[in-house]
Amino acid sequence: MINQLSWKVGGQQGEGIESTGEIFATALNRLGYYLYGYRHFSSRIKGGHTNNKIRVSTNQVRTIQDDLDILVAFDQETIDVNVHELHDKGIVLADAKFKPSIPEGSSVQLIAVPFSDIARELGTSLMKNMVAVGASSAILGLNTDAFREVVEQTFGKKGEKIVEMNMKAIGEGANYVREHHPDALNMMELAEADGKKRLFMIGNDAISMGFIAGGCRFMSAYPITPASEIMEYMIKHLPDYGGTVIQTEDEMAAATMAIGSNYAGVRAITASAGPGLSLMMESIGLAGMTETPLVIVDTQRGGPSTGLPTKQEQSDLMAMIYGTHGEIPKIVMAPSTVEEAFYDAVEALNYAEEYQCPVILLSDLQLSLGKQTVEPLDYDRIEIRRGKLLGDEDLPELEKGEYFKRYEVTEDGISTRLLPGTKNGIFHVTGVEHDETGKPSENPDNRKKQMDKRLKKIHHLPERFPTPIHTNEKHEEPDVLLVGYLSTRGAIEEAMERLETDGYKVNHAHIRLIHPFPGDELRRLVEKARQVVVVEHNHTGQLASLIKMNIGFGDKMKHILKYDGTPFLPGEIYKECKGLL
Amino acid sequence: MATFKDFRNKVKPNWCPGCGDFSVQASIQRAAANLGLEPEDLAVISGIGCSGRISGYINAYGFHGIHGRALPLAQGVKMANNNLTVIAAGGDGDGFAIGMGHTIHAIRRNIDITYIVMDNQVYGLTKGQTSPRSEFGFQTKSTPEGSIESPVNIMEMALSAGATFVAQGFSSDLQDLTSLIEEGVKHKGFSLINVFSPCVTYNKVNTYDWFKENLIKLSDIDGYDPHDRTVAMKTLMEHKGLVTGLIYQNKEQKSYQELVPGFDTNTPLKDHDLKISKESFEQLMTEFM
Repeated sequence: MINQLSWKVGGQQGEGIESTGEIFATALNRLGYYLYGYRHFSSRIKGGHTNNKIRVSTNQVRTIQDDLDILVAFDQETIDVNVHELHDKGIVLADAKFKPSIPEGSSVQLIAVPFSDIARELGTSLMKNMVAVGASSAILGLNTDAFREVVEQTFGKKGEKIVEMNMKAIGEGANYVREHHPDALNMMELAEADGKKRLFMIGNDAISMGFIAGGCRFMSAYPITPASEIMEYMIKHLPDYGGTVIQTEDEMAAATMAIGSNYAGVRAITASAGPGLSLMMESIGLAGMTETPLVIVDTQRGGPSTGLPTKQEQSDLMAMIYGTHGEIPKIVMAPSTVEEAFYDAVEALNYAEEYQCPVILLSDLQLSLGKQTVEPLDYDRIEIRRGKLLGDEDLPELEKGEYFKRYEVTEDGISTRLLPGTKNGIFHVTGVEHDETGKPSENPDNRKKQMDKRLKKIHHLPERFPTPIHTNEKHEEPDVLLVGYLSTRGAIEEAMERLETDGYKVNHAHIRLIHPFPGDELRRLVEKARQVVVVEHNHTGQLASLIKMNIGFGDKMKHILKYDGTPFLPGEIYKECKGLL
Repeated sequence: MATFKDFRNKVKPNWCPGCGDFSVQASIQRAAANLGLEPEDLAVISGIGCSGRISGYINAYGFHGIHGRALPLAQGVKMANNNLTVIAAGGDGDGFAIGMGHTIHAIRRNIDITYIVMDNQVYGLTKGQTSPRSEFGFQTKSTPEGSIESPVNIMEMALSAGATFVAQGFSSDLQDLTSLIEEGVKHKGFSLINVFSPCVTYNKVNTYDWFKENLIKLSDIDGYDPHDRTVAMKTLMEHKGLVTGLIYQNKEQKSYQELVPGFDTNTPLKDHDLKISKESFEQLMTEFM
C-alpha cells in the first residue's frame, strides 16, 4: 500500500489526452483522494506532444511530484520524452499497437496493453483512452465501478449504449492487466481515501467563481493564454446572474470598458496575461487617477514579448506594482492556493470599491491552470462591501451648475462615491489632475492635496488584510527562511519538509499581499532567520529586490531562480537550498 | 422639465474664440433638453484633445478619459446602466487615429450610444499636426511639404463596417446638428455623427467659408432615401463625403443589448443583486466535484 503516486498520460495534442486525465482524476477525486494536475501543452491545436500529470495522495498536495510512478503512453514519443521522470520501479503502460520500447539502460517496467485493439473490438478505437484508464485502475487497485458516475456524466448525452461501451473498455483494460501482469498489481496499490467530497479545480475556475460570488456582473476581455478560462467561465455562468461578457477588440478596450462599467456601478473585471497587461497600463493609470474601482487578473506566463505563452513564470511582478506612468494607488494580491484564489477574487472586488482604485489579482500559469483539490468553499465567508458608495439617498440640491465633491479631501483619503444617474450628484471625472469636484486644475496646492489624498488611501491595507503573509514559523531561530509567492507554495513546503528531515531549521513565508508591501510583518520573520532564500520564477530576482527595497537585509538574502518555463519541483528547491546553506 | 440652460455649468471652455466645438456643445445641450432629459440622465464620455474637454462643459455626468478610448468607456457605462443616455465625444484624431480600432468595433457591436466626432482635420491641442482626416497635401507642422497620406473616408468606412446610424453635421448649422443628435440618441443602436467643426487656429484651409461653399445638404437632394445603403455609399462617393444630414439609418437591426440572450434591458445591470443564493453557490461547486 502506498499513500501517494504520480500518473502521467501522454500522446499527440488533439488525441483526447486531456479528457483521459480528466476522467481518471475526477473519479479519484470522488473517492476522496487529494489530487494535483498539471498539463504540458504548446501553442498549437493539433499535433505535438502533450501530457497531463496527475498526482494522487491521501493528503493535501499542491505541486508536481519530482518523479513519476506510472506513465501511460499512446506513442513512442511520450516514452522517449518522459521516461527519465519515472523512478527505478516505475511502470510504462503503453499501447501495444505502436510496438513500444524502453530506452536501453532504463530499469522501468514496460507493460504493453493492446489499448487500440481492445477498444476496436468493443466498437471503436476512440475508446483506447478508456482502456488505458482501466489498465491504470487495476495497478492502483481500484474498483472500476469508481468510474461509472464520471463516464455517465461524460457520455450520458450520447446514450446508454455508449456509456456501457466505455465502461466495458475500462473493465477490459483492467482485466487485461490482471490476467497478463498479475505481478504489477501489488506494486502500487493505493491506500484507501476518506471518501469526503471536495472540489478539484484550476485556479482560473476558482478566480472566476469568486468573481461571480463576489458580485461581478460584467467582464470585458480579450482572449489570451493562460487567462482565457476565466472569460470562458464567465460567459458560461454570468448570464444566470443577469450579467454578460463582451469580447473586446483588444486589451485597451477590455480595461477601459470595465472602468466605464465600474464607474456606472457594476462590479466589472478583466483578465489577461503579460502582453495584455502591457496594453492595459494606460487604463490602470486612468482608474488610479479617477479613483474608479477596477479588478484585473494577471495570469503570468513566460515573458518578455510573446515569450513562452504556455509556460510558467513570475516575471510581471515589478510591472504590476509600478506599471503605468505616474504614481497611483494600487493593490496587488497574490493567492498561493486555488482555495485562496477564490476568496481573493471576492476580496479584490471589495477592495476595489472600498479603496476606489485598481486591484491586480496576480496569478501565474501554474496556479491558473494547475488543478488542485480544494476543501468545499465557505458561502458564509463571502462578504460584499462597497465602501463609501452612496445608494439612492436624497442628496441636497447642488447650487446651479456646481458639482458634487466626488474627490473631497478626507482624513483617510477616500471620498464619497456615487453613481451617474443620481439626482443632485453630478460630478466630473477626468484623468487630468482635478480639484475636489473633478474639474481640471493645475494649481500646485491642489495638486499636492489630491496626490496625497490618492496615495495615502491604501497605506493601512497590510494591517487590515487577513493574511498578508502566509507563514509556517516552526522555529524561533531558523537556519533559513524560505520566501516565495503564488504557485511555488507547494514545492517550497515539500522542500522544507525534506530539509527538516536533514536537520535544518526552516521557516516559510509566502507573500500574499504584494502591494502595499507588508514590510513590518516580513521584517519580523527575516530578523529571526540566519539566512533568507527567495524562491521565484524569473531571472532577475524581482521578489527579492522588492523585499530589499522595502526592508533591506540584502546581506542575508540568497536566490533560487528558475526561468526555463517549467515549474519548480520540490527536489530542485531542496537541492539548491542545501547548496546555499 | 429641464431646459438647455440646465445643461450649462460654470466652467468656461478653453477653446479658441470661434472654435466649431462651441456649437457642438450647444447642440448637445439643446438636444438633451428637447429629448426631455434631466442632467442626471445624461453621461458624456469624451476622449483627449481640444474637443475631449466637452464632457467638462456640459452639466451632466461627464467622464474625460484617455486618448482614443472614449468609446470603450462609454460602452461600459451603457452596459452597466441602460437607463442613462450615453454620448461619447471627441476629435477626429481621437476617434479615427489612436481610437480607430475602437471606433470600427463599436460600430460593429452596435451598443445603443451616440458618438459625436468634432472633425477639424487637424490636431489642435498639440498645436497643429496632420490628422487622419487631413486632406492630401495639407501642410502642417508634421507635414511641412504637405500630407502624403490619404484621408480616411469615415462615413464610407462606417457604412462598410455595418453602421446602423450614420450622419454628418456642420458647426454653423446649429439647428440641423441639434436635430441630428436628437435622432442619434433616439436611434436604438450605435449612432455615429461626424461634425465638421472648424479649427480657426490651425486649419486655414477647411474654414467655415470653405465648408459653406463645399457642403451639400442631403435634404436638398431630391428623393434621397437614408434607408438605402447603396444610395448612401454612392452619394458619399459622388460628393467626396462632403454632405450633411442623415446619411443612413437601419432601424431593423437590434442593438447589442437587445441581442444578448436573456439580458434585462429594463432593469439596469447596476441594480441587479450582487449576492448569489446559497443554493446557487452549491450548484456552482458541484461542477468541480
